[in-house]
Amino acid sequence: MSTLTGTPARQRRTPRAGRGSQGSRGEQAAGYAFVSPFFVVFAIFGLFPLLFTFWVSLHDWSLLGGHTWSGLDNYRKLLDDDHFWNALVNTLGIFVLATVPQLLMSLVLAQLLNQKLRARTLWRMGVLLPNITSIAAVGIIFTLLFARDFGLVNWLLGQVGVDPVAWQQHRWSSWLAISTMVDWRWTGYNALIFLAALQAVPRELYEAAEIDGASPAKQFRHITVPMLRPTIVFVSLVSTIGGIQLFTEPLLFNSGANAITGGTTRQFQTLTMYVYEQAFTGQAFGYAASVAWVMFAVIAVIGLVNALLIRRLRGVA
Amino acid sequence: MNHQLRATRRIAATVGVLLTASAALAGCGGDSDGADATTLRVSVFGNFGYEKLYDQFEKDHPGVKVVETSEGDLGQYNTQLTQKIAAGSGAGDVVAIEEGQVVNFLQSADKFVNFQDHGSNDRKDQWLPWKYQQATTSDGTDTIGLGTDVGGLAMCYRKDLFEQAGLPTDRTEVAALWPTWEDFTAVGEQFQQGIGSDDVHFIDSATNTYNSILMQSGDHTYFDTDGNLTIEDNPAVKDAWDTSLAMSEAGISAKLKSFSNEWNAGFKNGSFATIACPAWMTSYIKEQAGDENAGKWDITTVPGGGGNWGGSFLAVPTASKNQKLAIELVDFLTSADGQMAAFEETGNLPSNPTLYDTPALKDATNEYFSDAPVGQLFVAGATSLQPVYLGAKNQPVRDAVENALRSVENGEKSSDDGWSTAVSDAEAAAG
Repeated sequence: MSTLTGTPARQRRTPRAGRGSQGSRGEQAAGYAFVSPFFVVFAIFGLFPLLFTFWVSLHDWSLLGGHTWSGLDNYRKLLDDDHFWNALVNTLGIFVLATVPQLLMSLVLAQLLNQKLRARTLWRMGVLLPNITSIAAVGIIFTLLFARDFGLVNWLLGQVGVDPVAWQQHRWSSWLAISTMVDWRWTGYNALIFLAALQAVPRELYEAAEIDGASPAKQFRHITVPMLRPTIVFVSLVSTIGGIQLFTEPLLFNSGANAITGGTTRQFQTLTMYVYEQAFTGQAFGYAASVAWVMFAVIAVIGLVNALLIRRLRGVA
Repeated sequence: MNHQLRATRRIAATVGVLLTASAALAGCGGDSDGADATTLRVSVFGNFGYEKLYDQFEKDHPGVKVVETSEGDLGQYNTQLTQKIAAGSGAGDVVAIEEGQVVNFLQSADKFVNFQDHGSNDRKDQWLPWKYQQATTSDGTDTIGLGTDVGGLAMCYRKDLFEQAGLPTDRTEVAALWPTWEDFTAVGEQFQQGIGSDDVHFIDSATNTYNSILMQSGDHTYFDTDGNLTIEDNPAVKDAWDTSLAMSEAGISAKLKSFSNEWNAGFKNGSFATIACPAWMTSYIKEQAGDENAGKWDITTVPGGGGNWGGSFLAVPTASKNQKLAIELVDFLTSADGQMAAFEETGNLPSNPTLYDTPALKDATNEYFSDAPVGQLFVAGATSLQPVYLGAKNQPVRDAVENALRSVENGEKSSDDGWSTAVSDAEAAAG
């Protein structure tokens, strides 16, 4: 701290520095100090684990035994690993099944919330409620709803004469149930982001359209959606990151023994579940690390595609 | 620029640096206890029935507090324990290790206190020989855990459902119905016809029965003692597979996944009439079925003679800061008195053979299970126990085979396809 306490004296001698664009050294130090928490925390909890995971992925690393250097063997093994590809397909499948209806629903919901409603704040807060519910609670409740023998969903299906479905057993049904959980939690949250964007759309555009005789549907299609495009891209990017890291919902959905394998034939095991299974049940720490890195790459690629989309959209605008 | 503003900036800079420093240090904060009290942290899974023993230990050691954390799900517990042992911190002072995991932890025996350095060899006769050996390295020089209970096998059944199906309910008569697993299946078919309902089945699932049959086969299961995968060479595995699937094909299985919500509810709702129950299962059944089902359950012998499934050890990680006290606590809990107290609390069968002749154990009955002579039943199972060697990768292989078995039971795969999946997944899991 001695340098910091020393600076004011020097500053007084050169008053110019205080007004200059560079700022005094004291100010610089303060600036760095203010931004440093993020970088320090990121370095400890973000960058270091990232690089360490890569280091681990180059080893044949047993969690309790020792480890030996194996170069790119883990990555080579990964390409031939059916369970890995299965998990990747599940992850992307559940992601699409969850995200597409979710974004559509939140857009509609945002449009509704943007109307003149009675108790508008209550509704707007209400849609966020599912999001602040503990994810474990969501998982447990929905697993009970989708239970084979005494679940509410099967009971309702029974009322219209449909045979009970063993939701965990089939690929389509398990994906559907898990997507429902994801949507229940995130639709309201995304609706609020859309709502914020909707309110930033200039009123004059709608007024002008109304004068020109455009119907509400046409206004939505030709004003709202184009104005929301950057937000849509942002929301889908965030959903992508969340969707590819999906873990708790499918894990809790498979209650009981062997939960981590995501069903008897791994019909709903996601990538993160596979990482976890390899690392902690299989104790193949190195291999799990390589799966984690490939997952990172997948997210990066999808993020890149999103970024390109944004640039193209800007060009169009 | 006035003086005050500059001072404010200086303070801000200082605060910024301090915040950063404290954020960095937050992770290192110690959970320091009061200066005078020592806290011993014990982590177990399920119910070990140690509450009264902790009270006793605290009374004998003033200033010592014992805090237990219990995890309900064994798989979850194993995962967390492995992480903490590998990381070298956070595991606590005393940890329970399940039979299926002990070989796994023997790989890093240096992370656990060697009880032989604390005189365990002099008290070897306090455990069944194979039980003591299970937690000892193959060269015999390092014992990482002391035995608590063994999982002597018996069969639990619902008397009321048996009566409805027109079967005998007396436990000796019931035992006479099923000397072998084939007889058991036949009784199941009879039961299914008698009960005439799709909501009630004879067994809970193929997997539970499969594990019981496999653990009766003795010697080894998926791995031989050299650590080679023997799933295809060991006929016992395929036998257990075929026998349990035959039950499923006969339509007597409720197809409920072990430890799932539906399975738990099944105890209460009477979705199944029998379940293979190692001694530790009795307290689980009691807990799940609840008071309203008291007296409806009974226990009898298991088909195919005795067997062992499960049972645990207590170990002290070398990362523990209170090793001396922790070792004392383990000695106390695994002593004859400690095992007996746990038996009275939970029904977990002691692994101490000197107890098997004592009237306290031999004459013990379980009120919840229609006063079944549990002491006699489980001790009879225990004396015919065969030590079974489980490899380090037993859990992942078992998971793989159970998954395949369930996929066949659920009708997703044929038995042949399921078996080849089981073999290939087991090979992948064994690494």
